[in-house]
Amino acid sequence: MVDQPYSTAPQQREAATMGMFVFLGTEIMLFGGLFAVALGLRLAHPREFIDASLQLHVWIGAVNTAVLLTSSALVALAVHAARAHQHRATSILFNSAAVLGVVFLGLKAFEYATEYREGLLLPPVGVQRLFMDLYLVSTGLHALHVTVGAGLLAAVAAFAPRRPLLVEDTGLFWHLVDAIWVFLYPVLYLAR
Amino acid sequence: MSGLPFWPHQASAYSGELDRLAIAFTVLVVLLSAPVFFLMVVFAVKYRRGRAANRRHPVNQRVGLEISWAVIPFAAIVVFYVWATRLYFEQHHPPSNALEIQVVAKQWMWKFQHPGGQREINELHVPIGRPILLTLASQDVIHDLYVPALRLKQDVVPGRYTSLWFNADTVGSYRLECSQFCGADHAVMGGYVHLMSPSDYARWLEQAGIDMSLASQGAALFRTRGCSGCHGAAAAVKAPKLEGLFGHEVPLSDGTVVTADEQYIRDSILMPHAQIAAGYPDIMPTFQNVLGEDDVLKLVAYIKSLAAEPPSGPRSQP
Amino acid sequence: MTDVPANKHANPHDIRDRGLSETPEQRASYLRAGHTLRSWFLTTDHKRIALLYLVAVTFFFFVGGIAAALIRIDLLTPQGDLLSNEGYNRAFTLHGVIMVWFFLIPSIPNTFGNFLIPLMIGAKDLAFPRLNLLGWYIYVIGGMFTLFVLVAGGVDTGWTFYTPLSSMFAHGQVVMAATAVFIVGFSSILTGLNFIVTIHKLRCPGMTWGRLPLFVWSHYATSLILVLATPVLSITLALIAAERLFGLGVFDPRLGGDPLLYQHLFWFYSHPAVYIMVLPALGVVSELIAAAARKPVFGYWFVAGSSMAIAAVGFLVWGHHMFVAGESMYAGAVFSFLSLVVAVPSAVKVYNWTATLYKGQIAIDPPFLFAASFIGLFVFGGLTGLVLAMLAIDMHVHDTYFVIAHFHYIMVGGTVSAYFGALHFWWPKMFGRTYPMVWGRIMALLIYLGFNLTFFPQFILGYLGMPRRYHVYPPEWQVWNVLSSTGASILGIAYVLPFVYLIWSLRYGPPSPPNPWGVTGLEWTVPSPPPKENFAETPVVDYPAYNYPLELEEGARG
Repeated sequence: MVDQPYSTAPQQREAATMGMFVFLGTEIMLFGGLFAVALGLRLAHPREFIDASLQLHVWIGAVNTAVLLTSSALVALAVHAARAHQHRATSILFNSAAVLGVVFLGLKAFEYATEYREGLLLPPVGVQRLFMDLYLVSTGLHALHVTVGAGLLAAVAAFAPRRPLLVEDTGLFWHLVDAIWVFLYPVLYLAR
Repeated sequence: MSGLPFWPHQASAYSGELDRLAIAFTVLVVLLSAPVFFLMVVFAVKYRRGRAANRRHPVNQRVGLEISWAVIPFAAIVVFYVWATRLYFEQHHPPSNALEIQVVAKQWMWKFQHPGGQREINELHVPIGRPILLTLASQDVIHDLYVPALRLKQDVVPGRYTSLWFNADTVGSYRLECSQFCGADHAVMGGYVHLMSPSDYARWLEQAGIDMSLASQGAALFRTRGCSGCHGAAAAVKAPKLEGLFGHEVPLSDGTVVTADEQYIRDSILMPHAQIAAGYPDIMPTFQNVLGEDDVLKLVAYIKSLAAEPPSGPRSQP
Repeated sequence: MTDVPANKHANPHDIRDRGLSETPEQRASYLRAGHTLRSWFLTTDHKRIALLYLVAVTFFFFVGGIAAALIRIDLLTPQGDLLSNEGYNRAFTLHGVIMVWFFLIPSIPNTFGNFLIPLMIGAKDLAFPRLNLLGWYIYVIGGMFTLFVLVAGGVDTGWTFYTPLSSMFAHGQVVMAATAVFIVGFSSILTGLNFIVTIHKLRCPGMTWGRLPLFVWSHYATSLILVLATPVLSITLALIAAERLFGLGVFDPRLGGDPLLYQHLFWFYSHPAVYIMVLPALGVVSELIAAAARKPVFGYWFVAGSSMAIAAVGFLVWGHHMFVAGESMYAGAVFSFLSLVVAVPSAVKVYNWTATLYKGQIAIDPPFLFAASFIGLFVFGGLTGLVLAMLAIDMHVHDTYFVIAHFHYIMVGGTVSAYFGALHFWWPKMFGRTYPMVWGRIMALLIYLGFNLTFFPQFILGYLGMPRRYHVYPPEWQVWNVLSSTGASILGIAYVLPFVYLIWSLRYGPPSPPNPWGVTGLEWTVPSPPPKENFAETPVVDYPAYNYPLELEEGARG
């Protein structure tokens, strides 16, 4: 049950968990760069930043936030179930979280389409334009992570619900994806 | 040129002081590092494997020693930090009576404009013995104006004005270079600064052949580009008055107050929607694709020259 | 180096058999555990992966070196006769991109770190062997993108990709180059992740943090930087690509964006990156000095702690690349001060190494000479860094050859010296063969002399006012440039030499015993080369690192 080069199972589990946390740290630094850009933009042009933020659809974002938080709760329950060897529950919960991830992406696509129709996506030059560029890059990168995360959840649910390490580490990744959105949403949508 | 060049010319008192700082610090650097070279050689010889020597009681740890050779060099270095930082701060505070030269950098040339309107390309004639303030603007990418003989350089960043000032004391012609990589012909984007005695400079100004001062050229642009259509006395549109604007405070529509400096005027012309003066509609068009940086500098010079109507103080709304 | 016994398995009836036949150890080594391509290209053995990296980084070292040769040849004349302006810009950009990301950053960690860290801590492999292999493939893919850039016309922005030149004006393959670096960044991140978890979780019983070799401490500190700084580079490159491809601009002043924002983001990574490049080398030198002197490194905890301090404070000094860029003078003052602070731990290391030699048993073998070369050049390079950190002085020498000389003293005089020192020290362990010591000494000497001849004149050129990235210069500066190029040719010869005698040793060198240097360290307790699983039994450690007998009789032989 223990792979090379480990000598005991707890050692392997601790190493896998630590590895995942280090990886999550790198993801935080990746998005950290974008948050730094947002901070810089906000400090340089506070009023225009707020004006641009007001144009975003707060309610779509809010629903999306609720969707992700719910999916994270489901994932936490799934990890709990995996530890209790309830593998069917793990699968079902992971799949449900993945579905919620797809719902998030669907809402996001709807939101982008609405913004496109309203002419918001490529405003003329100015801080509004910079803000929307930042919005597109940040939410796009986040959506990419949601896609990968949902894929991983579904894959683990289908092929490896009995492998506790995989379940836990995939769960951690999904929590990070959620956590990033929890910071991204107020920074972009709720600037006042 | 006799012999191998080893040290750049000193064209100002500042250059001399900087050289003293550099040499003094080099002496400290040598003092801090020479023992390492010396001892390494000595130890390698004296304690060479197989050679008889006193190796009794070798030491592997001595905290007091460690701390002293960390702290004492650091303290010495901080002395130089204070000296260097003071000089740097001085460089960021140009004196108020400086002769102002406008500089525009573009791929791959330098354009200099004297206040009287004289223009030069890649060569700059200035007098010694008085402060010279260069206002730097870039037409395209980041450049850097560097004059080794003055020991000074400053990046020229598109989208903003940066500045550099000096007070030279040695007549002569000294290289100026672009020292921020700016594309294909970066390596040949150079020229000369000609430092002249005041009388020679005055003579040069006369024969430099100009028709109008910088501010007058700006006034001409003000008319031909349509600025007076809104900002002139007889305008039908509500637009802020520019007389006495420069240097005063301007309340903005978001409640903040800014000072109308060169950067503010430049941004108002090229990015008018960024900051709206309180009480005015947001209808000024941008001149981004119409005016180059050198034209904007002329307009700035013109607006600076417009006399104040009421005495100094925050501008009141019309 | 102790006398190596003749291979007792040589054919006694053939006087020409100088140990060519294999010893039992060599037959059981990791090198012999599988002969197929698959066993090499799908290996998860950290030692084989280290050799895969060794070949790859050597290849890129020579590609980057050819670019350097073009540069130095072009600079022989004041006119820039060899390359056009555009050609020269592409040459130095490629030199920088390849040397930084495809040689300096991976060189020591991915070859020697990979090979040695599990051995030094008593483990069978790294924590995530398959991620280790994945990292190599990612590196190779990034490298192939870079080679594509090379043949598709190159890139001409400088390795620093400053905006708006890179995002809006440059004509070369900017997006492709940014993609190549983006890709290879993931190799860095995976390496750092692997090392951190390995060092935390896979130390053998008794191997406490306080007993780790200093090489491991250095790599741990390096790994922290690798995982925390590299993602910032990734996002910055993605933003440049977005600006160039889609017009999404946060760096474009015409949209109200800020070119300086790019510089802050870029240097936030790239300053810690230079510590990625030098910390492993500092770890190597600790090992080489202790081994040469047969004595523990003086002030173990200060040296270990200094690696961590360099990593931490290294994140706080990025603004010293922007003193004349238009940042505020107060920011400049803060960054300048912190840049002085970050020099202190490096000084501690150098003084401690010198103290280690005191009352040691110093062998003047190639590893010692490379370490001495490192110390001599690193001290000088580091102190010129202090010169640059002085605000007013930087206003004169920023973006001149002074800066180039400074960082080459550290990167080439430092890291590359340490890399070759590591190669000469651990070669017997990695390949089971020893090489003629005299050639190693010659190489070390040639490097030291050639290097100083190449780069010392550049300090003078820099203070005289020669900007960097210039291939046209006033004729009166030609002598310094010719001296520099002459030194570069000596360096070139020095770098080619080891190819001859080290590869010769693979076939004709006397076989190496487990501990040819007679030094401490778990890696020297296993056969040379090690078997695939490293240790037959997991070692148990109950002694400090550098466990040399301290009190010796006067004149005792080591």
